[in-house]
Amino acid sequence: MIFSRRSILRATSAAVGGAMALSAFGAQAADTIKIGVLHSLSGTMAISETTLKDVMLMLIDEQNKKGGVLGKKLEAVVVDPASNWPLFAEKARELISKEKVAAVFGCWTSVSRKSVLPVFEELNSILFYPVQYEGEESQRNVFYTGAAPNQQAIPSVDYLMSKDGGEVKRWVLAGTDYVYPRTTNKILEAYLKSKGVKSEDIMINYTPFGHSDWQTIVADIKKFGSAGKKTAVVSTINGDANVPFYKELGNAGIKATDIPVVAFSVGEEELAGIDTKPLVGHLAAWNYFQSIDTPENKAFIAQWKAYTKNPKRVTNDPMEAHVIGFNMWVKAVEKAGTTDTDAVIDAMVGISVPNLTGGYSAMMPNHHITKPVLIGEIQADGQLNTVWQTSGTVVAQEWSPYLEGSKDLISDWRKPLACGNFNVKTGKCGGKS
Amino acid sequence: MSLTFRSLPILAAFFFIFAILGHGLSPARADASDDIFANFATDKFSDTEKAVVGLAASATPNSLTILEALADGRLYFDASTKIVYFKSTDGALYVATSNAKAADVNAAALKKVRLNNTVRSALQSAQGSMGLLAADPARRRSAAEAVFKAHDIAALPAVDLALTRETDSRVKLAFTQARAAILAYDTTATDLQRLTAIDVLRERADQDTLGHLSAIAASSDGRIKTAAQAGMTAIQSRLSLLSGVQNIWYGLSLGSVLLLAAIGLAITFGVMGVINMAHGEMVMLGAYTTFVVQDWIRVHNPALFDYSLLIALPLAFLVTAIVGMMIERIVIRYLYGRPLETLLATFGVSLVLQQAVRSIFGANNREVGAPSFMAGSFDLGGLAITSGRMWIVFFTILVFGLLQLMLKTTSFGLRMRAVTQNRRMASAMGIDTNRIYAMAFGLGSGIAGIAGVALSQIDNVSPNLGQSYIIDSFMVVVFGGVGNLWGTLVAAFTLGIANKFLEPMVGAVLGKILLLVFIIVFIQKRPRGLFAQKGRAVEV
Amino acid sequence: MMQSLLNLLDLRGRIFLGCLAAVIIIVPICTLLIPAGSMLHMPTYVVALLGKYLCYALLALALDLVWGYCGILSLGHGAFFALGGYAMGMYLMRQIGTRGVYADPILPDFMVFLNYKVLPMTWWGFQSFPYALLMVILVPGLLAFVFGWFAFRSRVTGVYLSIITQALTYALLLAFFRNDMGFGGNNGLTDFKDILGFNVQADGTRVVLLMLSALALAAGYMVARAVTMSKFGKVVIAIRDAESRARFLGYRVETYKLVVFVLSAIMAGIAGALYVPQVGIINPSDFSPANSIEAVIWVAVGGRGTLIGAALGALIVNFGKTYFTGALPELWLFALGMLFVLVTLFLPKGVLGVIDDVMERRRISKRKPMAAE
Repeated sequence: MIFSRRSILRATSAAVGGAMALSAFGAQAADTIKIGVLHSLSGTMAISETTLKDVMLMLIDEQNKKGGVLGKKLEAVVVDPASNWPLFAEKARELISKEKVAAVFGCWTSVSRKSVLPVFEELNSILFYPVQYEGEESQRNVFYTGAAPNQQAIPSVDYLMSKDGGEVKRWVLAGTDYVYPRTTNKILEAYLKSKGVKSEDIMINYTPFGHSDWQTIVADIKKFGSAGKKTAVVSTINGDANVPFYKELGNAGIKATDIPVVAFSVGEEELAGIDTKPLVGHLAAWNYFQSIDTPENKAFIAQWKAYTKNPKRVTNDPMEAHVIGFNMWVKAVEKAGTTDTDAVIDAMVGISVPNLTGGYSAMMPNHHITKPVLIGEIQADGQLNTVWQTSGTVVAQEWSPYLEGSKDLISDWRKPLACGNFNVKTGKCGGKS
Repeated sequence: MSLTFRSLPILAAFFFIFAILGHGLSPARADASDDIFANFATDKFSDTEKAVVGLAASATPNSLTILEALADGRLYFDASTKIVYFKSTDGALYVATSNAKAADVNAAALKKVRLNNTVRSALQSAQGSMGLLAADPARRRSAAEAVFKAHDIAALPAVDLALTRETDSRVKLAFTQARAAILAYDTTATDLQRLTAIDVLRERADQDTLGHLSAIAASSDGRIKTAAQAGMTAIQSRLSLLSGVQNIWYGLSLGSVLLLAAIGLAITFGVMGVINMAHGEMVMLGAYTTFVVQDWIRVHNPALFDYSLLIALPLAFLVTAIVGMMIERIVIRYLYGRPLETLLATFGVSLVLQQAVRSIFGANNREVGAPSFMAGSFDLGGLAITSGRMWIVFFTILVFGLLQLMLKTTSFGLRMRAVTQNRRMASAMGIDTNRIYAMAFGLGSGIAGIAGVALSQIDNVSPNLGQSYIIDSFMVVVFGGVGNLWGTLVAAFTLGIANKFLEPMVGAVLGKILLLVFIIVFIQKRPRGLFAQKGRAVEV
Repeated sequence: MMQSLLNLLDLRGRIFLGCLAAVIIIVPICTLLIPAGSMLHMPTYVVALLGKYLCYALLALALDLVWGYCGILSLGHGAFFALGGYAMGMYLMRQIGTRGVYADPILPDFMVFLNYKVLPMTWWGFQSFPYALLMVILVPGLLAFVFGWFAFRSRVTGVYLSIITQALTYALLLAFFRNDMGFGGNNGLTDFKDILGFNVQADGTRVVLLMLSALALAAGYMVARAVTMSKFGKVVIAIRDAESRARFLGYRVETYKLVVFVLSAIMAGIAGALYVPQVGIINPSDFSPANSIEAVIWVAVGGRGTLIGAALGALIVNFGKTYFTGALPELWLFALGMLFVLVTLFLPKGVLGVIDDVMERRRISKRKPMAAE
C-alpha cells in the first residue's frame, strides 16, 4: 500500500476540482437582462408546456426588437425540468443563483409550483405562473396570471344554470384525482348547495392521471343524466386523460344538447389532438379563446404563426397569461427603473396592461390579475366560440369564501399589511415565522 | 303561456307537414318570413332561436335547406344590411329569402350565424319533427326518438297522423313509444290512457324511459304514480341485470386493448427472453403512422378517409417491424443471454424514440379521426355498444387468430416455437436462430405497430402514448405465463373483466391497485404465470 | 477494531472514502467561511446539488448490493427510497405547525384543505424526530421483509421478480396519488420549514445535511463492504452465480436473499430520508417505475458488483442530467438514451470496469519493456 497516501491526496484534489468546476460555470457579465423559462420540454407535461416556452421566446424576441428593457437586451435562459418535480426546484435554483435571472416564467402543474415556491422565497426572485389553478395560495414572490376558481368555475356553473345554458338541475363533477379538481369541486359543491341543489343531484367522480378507459364512467354519466332532469358534467379532468374521455363521449353518442360537458382544462391546444365533430357544443370556460375577434388578438395570432412558421399552430389561454405577465413585468421594470426583485414586486401591484380580449387586466394586491370570464362552445374545427361572457373583468378570490379553512383569509401584499394569508377574524398573518 | 319554446318547433312542424301535404294551409306571407330572417341577423341566441322556430312554422319552401345550413355553420348575415345568406355544400352563396344566387356580397361584412346548445336543441327538434313523414325510414325513426325525448303534447296530432301512414314495423314501434311518452305525461288524458302508455314505456325498458317514468312518478299521484313506480322497479331490475353483461362487455373491450398491446411483447419476451422496454414506443410509432396516413389522405384524397385505417395497418406493421429489426440488429443481438441488460438498453432506446417523435411531430397530441364505420354507438338488446370498441375487439381476435395460425402452420412459426422451447437444441437442428430472433423481434414490433393503429382510435396520439401501456403489458405477459400466447389471451381478458367489475365497486384507482396486488400474490403461488412453460427451457 | 475496519478497504475503497472525507471537510469551508465574492466560494446551489447526488449514490449503492452481489434486479427500489422520504417528509410537515397557511397547529395544510378534522392514525407520532427516524428504517425494511419473504420463499426469480417489484412500486405510486390516502396526493409533502429546530433553507443546515449524506454514503459503503467481504457475503455471491447449486449445498437461499434485500431497502430508505429535506419536496412520482429503472441504470453505468461503481454511476449520470437539461434542453433525452444503450453495449462492466481494463493494460505495457531488457 505504498501508493495509498498519495492517491488519496490526488483523489481529494480531484474532488475539490470537480466541486470548483461545478461552482465556476456560473458568473457572467451582466450586459443583458436574463429571463428564466422553466417549462417541461420532455416527460408527461411537455404536451402542454412546450408551447409556453415558445411563446416566451417569441415575446422576448419581440421586446428586443423594440429595444429591450431599460436599454438592455433581454436574454432567455431555457431549461428543461422534464416533468420531474424535484428537478423543478433544482432548475429554479440554478436559474436564480447561477444564471442570475431577473424573473422566471414557468410551471404548469400545481405540484411543480409548490416545489419551486420555497426556492423563490429563499432566493427572493419572481415567478410568473400562467395556468388556472385551485387558488388557496398567495405568495410574495409569485404573480398568478392564470385564473383562480372564481374566474373560471363559478361563472360557468352560473351560465349552465341560466336559461341560455339550458337550466341544468343535475351535476356531475368529474375530475382527475389531484388538488386542483379536488378544490374546484369542493368550491362548486358548496356553491351549488347554496343555490339549492340537493346532494343527490350531485355526483362526484375522481380518476387517476392518464386514465384511458372511460367506458364505465361515461356509462355512469349517461345513467345519472337520464333521471328526468337536465344534467351537465363539470370536467376538471387533466390534459392527458381528456382525449380518451372525449373520444369515448363522442363514441357513446352523448351530445352537447343532451348532457353538456364544461371543461376547465381543455383548450385549443388539447382540442387540436381530437376530432371535434362529435363534440360540437360541449363547453369550455377560460379567460381567452383564439377565436376572440379583437385587433390585439389577431395581431398576436399572426405573430405567433409567423414565429413558429406553422400556420396551423393554435393559441390558448395560458399563452395569453404569459403575454399579460410578460408585459406587466416589462412595465413594472420600467416603472421601478431596475430589475431588483423587491423594487419590481412593489411596482407590479396596480400595473394594468391590455389583454387580448379587448380589455385591460390589472395586477391586484393579492398578486392575481383581473380577467374576463368567457364560456365557449367547441366547434367542428377545434376552435372555441364564445357563447357567454362576463360584462367586465372579475377579481380573483385566491382564498375561496366557500371553503371552511380559507373563508376568513385575505391577502394584500402592499405595505403595511404585506401578508398573503391574513386572518380577518384573528387579525393575524399566518405562515410567518 | 303553456307552450314552451321547445314545443314551438314541433307545433310548427306539425303545421308544416300539413302545408306540404296540401291540406289547405296557405303559405305564410312574405313580410312574415322577412321578420324571421331579420331575427337571424341580430347575433343574439334568443333571436336565432325564435328565427328557427319561426322558419319551421312559416313553411318557406327552402326552410329545411336553411336549417341544415345553420346546423352546419353555413348560414351568414351581413351586419349592416341585415341580409341573410347561406352557402350551399359546394360553397356557392345564396340569399336566404329569395333562394337566388347572391351577387355583390361584401365578404368582409359577412358574419356567421352562431349557435349555442339551446338553439341547437331547437334546431334538432325542428329538423327532427319535420322528419316524421320523411321518405327515409331511418330519418323517421330518429324523428320519433326526438319526439320521444321531448314528449311534447303539441306533437301528438303529427305523431298520430304519422302512425296511421307508417308501414315499417320498427318505425311504427318508435312512433307508438313516442305517442306513449306524450300521453303518459299528459295530465289531461284519462287515467286509462295514461296507464296504457306507461305499460308501453315499461316494455321499452331503457335508461331514457326510466328518466320519463321517474319524472312522471314525481309529478303525479294515485294509480298513475303506483304504475310509474312499478314500471321503474321493473326497468331498474332489468337494467341492473344488464349492467353485469355490460361490465363483461367493457371488460372484453379493455382486455382486447391490453391483449393488443401485450401480444407483441409476449412474442419477444417468450421467444427471446428479451424485456423490450421500447415496446410501448412501437405502439406509439404505429399510432403516428396512422396519423401520417390520415394527414396525407386529408390533403390529397379525402374520399379515402374511411379506408385510412386499413391503409395504415400494413404501413404501421412495416414501419415498426423495420424499426424493431433495426433495434434488434444494432443493439439487442449483442445482449442475448443477458435479459436484464436488454431491459436497460431498450429503456435507452425508448427514450431516444420518444424524443425523436417529439422533435419531429412536436410534443402535442395529434388528431386521428374515426372512419364513419367506427364512429357512434348502437343498442343491442339494451346494451350500449360503441362501434369503435366493437371493431377493436374483433380486430384483436383476428390478429390473435392469424398469429396462432402462423405459429401453427408456417415453417417460420415452427422454427419460432422450436427456438422458444429450446434455443440450443433448435440451433443444433440447423435452425438459424439469429435470423429467427430478428424476425421474431420484427414480428413482435410489427404487431405493436398495428396495436398502435387501433389504440389511436381511443387514446392520445402523443409521444407518451407508449409509456401508459408498457407496465400493463408486462403485467399481462407475466400473469399469463411467458411463452404461451393463450396465457396472454386469458390474462388480458381476465384482468380486463376483473378491472371493470372492480371499478364500480371501489373506483378506478383502487381497482387497479387491487389487481396489481393480486398479480404480485398470484406470482408467489405460480411463479411462472397462469400457463407455465414446462421442460428444460424453464431454467435457462 | 480500527484495523479490522481498514482491512475491509482496498485501495479503491480508501480513495472513495478519502473523497467523501474531502467533501465533508471542504464543503463547509468553501460555503460558510470563504466569502461569496471569492473564486473558491461554493454557492448553496451547488451544495444542494451535491447533496442530492450523494443521496442518489446511496440509493445506487443499495441497489448494487442486491443486484450486483445477489442477482436480484429490483425495479422497485425507488419505492423504498420514496417511503423513507415520506417518513422524513411527514416529520417535516408536522414541524411546520402554525406556520402553515391555515395556521392549524396539528393538521398539515393539505388536510385542512381536504376537510380533515383529526390527524389520521398513520401520522401519529411523526412530530417526534426519533420516531420518524425509526419509521425511515422500519417502513421500507418491513415492506422489503414481507415482500421478500413471500417472493423468495416461492422462488420467484429473474425477470418475474423484476416485474413484480415494478408492480409493487407502481401500486404504491397509484396509492399515494390518491388524495384519500392522506399523504397529500399528487402535491405530496412540501413547504418544509425546519428540521430539529434548524431552518432547512439556511446555508448551515444545507451544509450539515450534505455532510450527513456523505457520512451516510460512507457508512453505507462500509456496511455493504463488510457484508460482501464476510463469509455471509460469499454465500450471497454464490447464490447470484448458481442459485440451485447453493441450495443443494444446504444453504437456505431465501434467508440470505431476504437479509440482503431488507438491508438494501433500509439503505434506500435512509437515502430517501436524507434526500427530502435537501430537495424540499416528496411526491408520488418518486414511486414511478421509470425512476427505479433509472437507478438501475446508474448502477450499470458505474459498474455493477463494485459498490463504488454504483455510487460513481449515480454521480456521473445525474451530473450529466443536470448539465444537459440546462445546456441542451431539447436534446438531452437523446444523450441520456444513447448513454444507456452505449454503456450496456460497450461497457458491460461499467465505467469502473473500463478503468480496470486501462490499468491492466498499462501494467502489461509497463511490464513489456522490462521483459525486453
